[in-house]
Amino acid sequence: MAENTFSILDPFSSVDLGLADAADGVKQWAIANRALIQPVKKFFNEMIVGIDSALNAVPPLVMLVILILIAWQAAGRRVAILVGISMVVLGFLSPNAWGLAMTTLAIVVSAVIMSFIIGLPLGVLAGKNDRFETAIRPVLDTMQTIPAFVYLVPVVMLIGIGNVSGVIVTVIFALPPLIRLTSLGIRGVNASVVEAARAFGASPRQILFKVELPLATPTILAGVNQTIMLSLSMVVIASMISVKGLGNEVLRAMGRLDAGKALVGGLGIVILAIVLDRITQGMGQSGRERGHRHWWQGGPVGAVLRLTGRA
Amino acid sequence: MTTQPDEAVIDCRNLWKIFGRRADEAMKAVQERGLGKLEVRDRFDCVVGVQDATFTVGRGEIFCIMGLSGSGKSTLIRHVNRLIEPTSGQLFIEGQDVNQLSAKDLREVRAEKIGMVFQNMALMPHRTVLENVSFSQEVRGHDPKERRDNAMRAIDAVDLNGWDQKYPDELSGGMQQRVGLARAIAADPSILLMDEPFSALDPLIRRQLQDKFMSLSAEMKKTTLFITHDLDEAIRIGDRIAIMKDGALVQVGTPEDIVTNPADEYVADFVAGISKLELISAAKIMTPVEQYEQMNGPANKDGWPEAHPGQSLDDLVNLSVQTQHPVLVKADGRTVGVVTKNALLRGIQGDVADAAGLKH
Repeated sequence: MAENTFSILDPFSSVDLGLADAADGVKQWAIANRALIQPVKKFFNEMIVGIDSALNAVPPLVMLVILILIAWQAAGRRVAILVGISMVVLGFLSPNAWGLAMTTLAIVVSAVIMSFIIGLPLGVLAGKNDRFETAIRPVLDTMQTIPAFVYLVPVVMLIGIGNVSGVIVTVIFALPPLIRLTSLGIRGVNASVVEAARAFGASPRQILFKVELPLATPTILAGVNQTIMLSLSMVVIASMISVKGLGNEVLRAMGRLDAGKALVGGLGIVILAIVLDRITQGMGQSGRERGHRHWWQGGPVGAVLRLTGRA
Repeated sequence: MTTQPDEAVIDCRNLWKIFGRRADEAMKAVQERGLGKLEVRDRFDCVVGVQDATFTVGRGEIFCIMGLSGSGKSTLIRHVNRLIEPTSGQLFIEGQDVNQLSAKDLREVRAEKIGMVFQNMALMPHRTVLENVSFSQEVRGHDPKERRDNAMRAIDAVDLNGWDQKYPDELSGGMQQRVGLARAIAADPSILLMDEPFSALDPLIRRQLQDKFMSLSAEMKKTTLFITHDLDEAIRIGDRIAIMKDGALVQVGTPEDIVTNPADEYVADFVAGISKLELISAAKIMTPVEQYEQMNGPANKDGWPEAHPGQSLDDLVNLSVQTQHPVLVKADGRTVGVVTKNALLRGIQGDVADAAGLKH
């Protein structure tokens, strides 16, 4: 405001640096570069839709069995039973709950894959380089604490509504713990073991892949688990920019003040969260902690191998 | 053991390591103005890890570096495979300056020429014993069958056959360190670096592993640099010993040299508690026969026990307790000296000078 006279006691209200306007310029840039953005968006959208239709093409009962088997392999028999019961409850919540849950699962899976592709290298870098860690920490803090609505609008401006934007806002929120825990895992690797690897002639690359990453795996998987949980907590917000699934159900129910329907959608999200959490936590636990040596010696794979006499 | 310079496998020349941000400045000040360790600490806020270390290790020799914790011995040994870069000085392995090697050549030297054993074992917990032992050959990309065979041979050599598919945490401490030893010898390197390998083990197991190592060593004849804080261990194992204090080598010599002729108070304090029975030879404490006869007159030496100059005090004690007579020391059939009971007692105390020149 030009007519505001400058006052030394209140310098802030009289100076306008135009930050908000400058940020708005991003919108103009996006409009000008639609031709560049659209093909990229199309590629990712097809990937997400592909996962979605694949998950929905499997008959629910077959899917249920697959999920139980995965849970059994990854986390043991008790978790498999829990997963089985939870998914049956989810299916009976409402006639279309299963399909919506699969759509939500597709979004979550896409977001986690993207987070992993971006987060693992950044986490390794942060674990190895103190300066990068110091630089990236405030960025991660920002990503986790800034209200989702603040970046919802620019993302929609840039890319438009739909699945891709949904995945992007989810990744922004869910990525930080993966980077943090990957860095923590790399830093937590026993320095003397790394020194021994160097002393026996391993290259930095071999040290990373043969020593550091395997030893950091439990911590990294804890990061993946956190990323999945945070992704699920974003599904309602993502549904505001036209992402389908359980989140959309909750959003619509809220609009109509339909508490029952909102509860059904919300419960669906919670059950999905429990199922994914237990399975990924099981993966983080090494097979040796469960009393056998390799992952293929337990669970359904182990049972099949034993039955066919190959183990 | 004497060493010709040309067969020195490890040749360390005026090696310095100064830790700290201003290490180069501090190094320059040390070279130009002869600054001491304390001045470097106060003026440059740097720590001197290794001070002007010079030594050679001959082929097949076991060279022990003995010092208390913080004396810089672990820092020194890490210069041999360049896990630590020196601030100044050179280190040659079989005539090759380690610090001039490219990263690629250095990795090859580390994997093929040098085996290292660590105090805390440093085994990889996610790999089986076999995978641990074959690690150095794996990173070199050797043929899987060949590296398995070599690894199995090494596992066999340390008496761990049958344990190759176990994980390190399923093994006891002593067994883990045997895996560490197997890993070091699997690629058949010419040099072994042992960084306090047995210090973390309990005494009985330590003794067993020392014996195991010595029998392996006698068989393999590998050039070995052995770090320890235990003088008994150094004397048992080493062909030569270097005593290290505050980053500097105070004395280098055979165990007998060190024990009978300590260079300074510090070394003398160390060797004070050491049993000399096996270390000191008759030659060191005998009175030359001429001198003996001068003092005591010609004696009838019938029935005197006889020993050769290389026999230890322990043997002399055994000879001496059977008779009242002194022990004759004979070399090539000729009597060269006499060891009296008094000389023997002084010798057991380690007082060689007093023993040999004993006044009666």
